[in-house]
Amino acid sequence: MTIRTARPNRVQEFRPRMHCLKKLEAFVVEMQDPKNGVKGSDQKLNVTTIPHVLAGNAIIAWIANKMKTTTEEANVFGTMLVAYGYIYPLENHRKLVMCNDASLYRFQAPYFWPSQKWVPQDSDYAIYLAKRNIRKKGMLEPYEEAHYNHLHEWLNHKWDFIVMQAAEQYKAGRDRMKPDRVVFDCQERAFWIVNRPPRRTHSALECVPERLLDPNVEEKISFDQHRRMHIFYQQAIMRSKVKSSVSIGALVKYITTYKNHDPFLAPCLPSNPWQTDNDSYWTLNMRRVEVPTKMRVERWSFSLFELLTDLRGRDDFKVFLKKEFSGENLAFWEAAEELKWGTASSMSAKAETIFKTFLAPGAPRWINIDGRTMGLTVKGLEHPHRYVLEAAQTHVFMLMKKDTFFRYLKSPTYKDIQKKAQNPEAHNFSPAQLEQNACNRSPGIDPIILWQQEEEEKAKAAAASAPVDVKAMMSKIDRKK
Amino acid sequence: MCDQTFMAATFGPCDNCSKASPLMNIYIKTEAINYCSFCMEMMACQGLQKGETLVSLKRESDTLKKKLEEERAKLNDVELHQVAEKVEVLGALPIKTRRVLKGHGNKVLCMDWCKDKRRLVSSSQDGKVIVWDAFTLNKEHGVTMPCTWVMACAYAPSGCAVACGGLDNKCSVIPLSLDRNENLAAKKKSVAMHTNYVSGCTFTNSDNQLLTSSGDGSCALWDVESGQLLQSFHGHTADVLSLDLAPSETGNTFVSGGCDKKANVWDMRSGQNIQSFESHDSDINCVKYYPSGDAFASASDDATCRFFDLRADREVAVYQKDSIIFGATTVDFSLSGRLLFAGYNDYTINVWDVLKGTRASCLFGHENRISRVRVSPDGTALCSAAWDNTLRIWA
Repeated sequence: MTIRTARPNRVQEFRPRMHCLKKLEAFVVEMQDPKNGVKGSDQKLNVTTIPHVLAGNAIIAWIANKMKTTTEEANVFGTMLVAYGYIYPLENHRKLVMCNDASLYRFQAPYFWPSQKWVPQDSDYAIYLAKRNIRKKGMLEPYEEAHYNHLHEWLNHKWDFIVMQAAEQYKAGRDRMKPDRVVFDCQERAFWIVNRPPRRTHSALECVPERLLDPNVEEKISFDQHRRMHIFYQQAIMRSKVKSSVSIGALVKYITTYKNHDPFLAPCLPSNPWQTDNDSYWTLNMRRVEVPTKMRVERWSFSLFELLTDLRGRDDFKVFLKKEFSGENLAFWEAAEELKWGTASSMSAKAETIFKTFLAPGAPRWINIDGRTMGLTVKGLEHPHRYVLEAAQTHVFMLMKKDTFFRYLKSPTYKDIQKKAQNPEAHNFSPAQLEQNACNRSPGIDPIILWQQEEEEKAKAAAASAPVDVKAMMSKIDRKK
Repeated sequence: MCDQTFMAATFGPCDNCSKASPLMNIYIKTEAINYCSFCMEMMACQGLQKGETLVSLKRESDTLKKKLEEERAKLNDVELHQVAEKVEVLGALPIKTRRVLKGHGNKVLCMDWCKDKRRLVSSSQDGKVIVWDAFTLNKEHGVTMPCTWVMACAYAPSGCAVACGGLDNKCSVIPLSLDRNENLAAKKKSVAMHTNYVSGCTFTNSDNQLLTSSGDGSCALWDVESGQLLQSFHGHTADVLSLDLAPSETGNTFVSGGCDKKANVWDMRSGQNIQSFESHDSDINCVKYYPSGDAFASASDDATCRFFDLRADREVAVYQKDSIIFGATTVDFSLSGRLLFAGYNDYTINVWDVLKGTRASCLFGHENRISRVRVSPDGTALCSAAWDNTLRIWA
């Protein structure tokens, strides 16, 4: 069932957003400059001579020279000129690409150029097809016949007008000289291939669901929109900003830190599975490996966010916290995350459990936060909302980030895992081995199975751990639903 | 991480109506107050006061806009390319097509990776949504949606479901199954309801919430289980074409880009538009956060991609070339943030050096415009979806 939208069918009314048309037109005009443009010649086609015919390789060479780009890029640009309908091929008229060889092309008449202001209507297309039908019955290709029949049906009310126009145009065409007529027919056919492309033809003017905003119309802003803009600008002005040197410095630092971990910049060990068809890289970095890789362990040290996002790292962090008997902060953070991202219906139950476990006076895993935050949070819990723990969660996270995390990095737990971590040897496959790999690609494990396994592990951990593992309890509440 | 949103008070009693709800931090004159979204709307829609006219309001808007530009310019003490001079030049990038995924019968409009780094979901114009194991080229699941132009699709973080939506104005969640013969369409569940086409969707940090953007000019956050609208985001004055969730530890903000040439940053908790960037000359087709969450990039029909720094609150780079005149439709960063992959309407993918602003490479191969590029979760590969009915994996 499709829900019909209230807006009008804009496809027939305006062509939105062809921001590139102006530049394209200017470029095409330069290409046709008699002195400095692309050099064409006359070509004999059947019995007529067609003027100003260009070879694909000549066009591409001209573009490459003019734009100072490689031949490949010039070829791409040439193809776009054909796809937009500024240039059309004389042979293979249904394939809208520019070939870097002696294939023949011609410039399209400006009358037929794509325009933002005028969109060819279905009635125009009907007239064109009817005209060709008049000229010679059975001249239409199957896809054109299908269009013709469809248009005949839904434009039936206008059909007399369409046939009359088609007849007029056909008569006018007969009055032209033969070479002109041949050229015009080619141009018109090219125009309709671009605007009503047959299947498997890639045209740049293909119909898309249109965007609602008409770029040719000036926007009218109402008074309440102005008020909203004022509110926005005022808070944006008062918002504290950071000096560019500081913020850009941080962006650059991020890149430098992660440089060696980016598979596009540094080789991943043992090898990139997509390049060698060997998935050891993924198996060595799975969720629950006994021994993580050195790169993975190094990444944990970049930020608390990295450490917590990688569940294997989070496990290691928990080991450290258990030794310090300070696991409640992380447990609270995890519980708050479960609340924030949980289902709407589970809010109250979770909020209550969290209160009882972490916030109530004398709670088994009482977290140490400042009085003001505690007060706000407890009050908010009277009407639980998914963001009710934001203040407390932020406080706890900052504590972990500024203190606990750094102690972890200096701890024997971390140093231990750093030492144990493995550094796999880089693969060195011969071409024959690579071919073998390509035939034996491992299917891996379905993510659904991995998820089920993860849930089982969580349940086991919940049963085994003391004090109560709140995260597992949260998941249990979710699963009960 | 944007420290500001992290620390702001966003839940508590509204200063106007005292109801406990998510709060917007705004200013009346220069006084900081916290209003709930309803009270803010009421304030905005108040009838014209004495002495106020549409012209005077417009004048105030222009004055405030100029003041914001001045404030931004005050902290503009260095340009990106200046800082980038100290960074070493990129080496050659030997990126090649490693897989071509054939199977869609029509234009592929969207794709998303699964967290397992090898599976992905793709949707196309003929309503088909396919889940592939891109590594082995197996098609694992296939669903036919009852509408054409499925413009948005997303893989759930657990790997157990996918979401998709498009011209049906809805976004539906389809749970996946281990039984290959099961009819997945039967278990499809409508979650989001918009009044116009759905242009983008993403799950948040869990399978339970869905964030969508729509042609009706709004974005919305939904509870998957109940279909309840949790928060809506209004501020764009035209179709919203894209959105992206911040990768920061707090996960509280997202950015959206639309046909009004603006890229807006939103606080998910209160629905407040906290930052806005308006420097493109045409529709913004795609927005994507920088891996650290402190910046984002946008791709537009004006043939440029731009880089915006959130902490400095300004545009810091424009990626453009005289020879590139066709619109950019999609962008994504590599894992370190050094490379920006951008797909264009001229069937190519340009790889930009984010710091130096130069083009590092150009990837050819597709035969029609690129609709989406996405780097895999571990950064090992790039997937591109195009209107030539195929997807390609590059590494």
